[in-house]
Amino acid sequence: MSILVIAEHDNQHIKSATLNAVTAAKQIGGDIDIVVLGGDCAAAAAEAAKIDGVARVRVIDAAHYKDQLAENAAIILAQMAGTYTHVLVAATAFGKNLGPRVAALLDVAQVSDIVAVKSPDTFVRPIYAGNALATVQSSDPVKLVTVRTAAFDAAPTGGGSAVVENAPQGPDLGVSKLVSRELAVSARPELGNARVVVSGGRALGSADAFHAVVEPLADKLGAAIGASRAAVDAGYVPNDAQVGQTGKAVAPELYIAIGISGAIQHLAGMTESKVIVAINKDPDAPIFQVANYGLVGDLFELVPQLTASL
Amino acid sequence: MKILVPVKRVVDFNVKVRVKADGTGVDLANVKMAMNPFDEIAVEEAVRLREGGLASEVIAVSCGVTAAQDTLRTAMAVGADRAVLVETDAELQPLAVAKLLRAVAEREGVQLVVLGKQAIDDDANQTGQMLSALLGWPQATFASKVVVGDNKVTVTREIDGGLETIELSLPAVVTVDLRLNEPRFASLPNIMKAKKKPLDTLKAEELGVDVAPRLKTLSVAEPPKRAGGVILANVAELVSRLRDEAKVI
Repeated sequence: MSILVIAEHDNQHIKSATLNAVTAAKQIGGDIDIVVLGGDCAAAAAEAAKIDGVARVRVIDAAHYKDQLAENAAIILAQMAGTYTHVLVAATAFGKNLGPRVAALLDVAQVSDIVAVKSPDTFVRPIYAGNALATVQSSDPVKLVTVRTAAFDAAPTGGGSAVVENAPQGPDLGVSKLVSRELAVSARPELGNARVVVSGGRALGSADAFHAVVEPLADKLGAAIGASRAAVDAGYVPNDAQVGQTGKAVAPELYIAIGISGAIQHLAGMTESKVIVAINKDPDAPIFQVANYGLVGDLFELVPQLTASL
Repeated sequence: MKILVPVKRVVDFNVKVRVKADGTGVDLANVKMAMNPFDEIAVEEAVRLREGGLASEVIAVSCGVTAAQDTLRTAMAVGADRAVLVETDAELQPLAVAKLLRAVAEREGVQLVVLGKQAIDDDANQTGQMLSALLGWPQATFASKVVVGDNKVTVTREIDGGLETIELSLPAVVTVDLRLNEPRFASLPNIMKAKKKPLDTLKAEELGVDVAPRLKTLSVAEPPKRAGGVILANVAELVSRLRDEAKVI
């Protein structure tokens, strides 16, 4: 077996989601190569070489890959992928965008968002917002798999010494270009791999209240901030904070849900958390059915109390 | 410019599905079905583009069983001009759907395909990207803003860490995210009018596409249930439990 992991990076650093995909690759077993496709991405490639268990880092470095748009990326990755038994990428916005495009060019199915590896051709993935787990087997010559990061630990890094080598470039199709990126700069841990997540819901009532109530608690705990869809739709927090079926799936050691009722679409993204705390004024809220510890009452009183007592 | 809007008939988003006792799938007997919510947003966006004079026609398409006609009528009730059903009783996986949609897109000569980023049944999030690859067109996934210009489309996408705006040359494929728009409700007169709009039916075989599934579902199981927790009296008790019992703070 030979596995190609597509690295997610910003040309400087490897994103941690890549490490989760490498762990899934190790569970499949076989030689693991990483492809770093970008523009002026030598720094990211050098970082990839340090990941434990990686044999080779294959670098596709050209100006037309700098922004890593799917069209140019998929065509060369599909060409490279043909010699592997598996191609893995994290099921992040990057991987979700790119994976199926590569799969279609290879004329193979994609196995999306796996949460477990049963064997080299058999994987477990959630369907129906996580209300069912399907075990699926792929008969395709190349198995293209996206990996739910919350379901696999990050591979250790620092001890690896993979060979770094350049790989052939593909054409610049010239059909898409980046206009701008507005990325939030935050000192908080990333939502996808934080040890603690504090999430807020519609009950907070306003963006100001969200900041005033949720953020101090998150600061105290060194936590990432999450949100329900309702809170995101209402504009309390940016879209990438959304936890759930169509947002991020998280599995921190501690998840604190504040003013979140617990729609199935939200539960889909957080029930794998180790310990769940729910704070809600409605004792019948579905969130209490998945919470280890619940507090029923006014979040505007309880959360500041909690923050003060930590 | 013609816009193609693929729509999928799925279990209504309010239904909590049950896994069948024999582990072969989920129980869909007598379950309420509806249009995939992301596809509703796609239909709305396409209709707004036509209303804004940026598109000449909105064609809804669905692949699947005869009952998917209902989903197409719903799309026409909110403004799609006509519909195409690619009828088959076969199990359709995203790659097969993408191949069927490519055939329809080529037959209809569309310049833009707008569809939901994922379906809430299989949660695959693949079809738009695959269709785009098969057509050799550029793609913009997870759109929260779509601006059609002269022979191009500019799309703002929801990505990890924020937003990204990209410009694609047309023809192109756009998959939509939750915050692109608020879909309208179909009014009763429009539901009646939709019954008279043209709905063509094609057989999947007529399109010359091999729809054989590539993935075999070996079993479907309930996820492990979380043990019920406890309601605590106050914050002090919560803090002590988190410290001494759960040991997470």
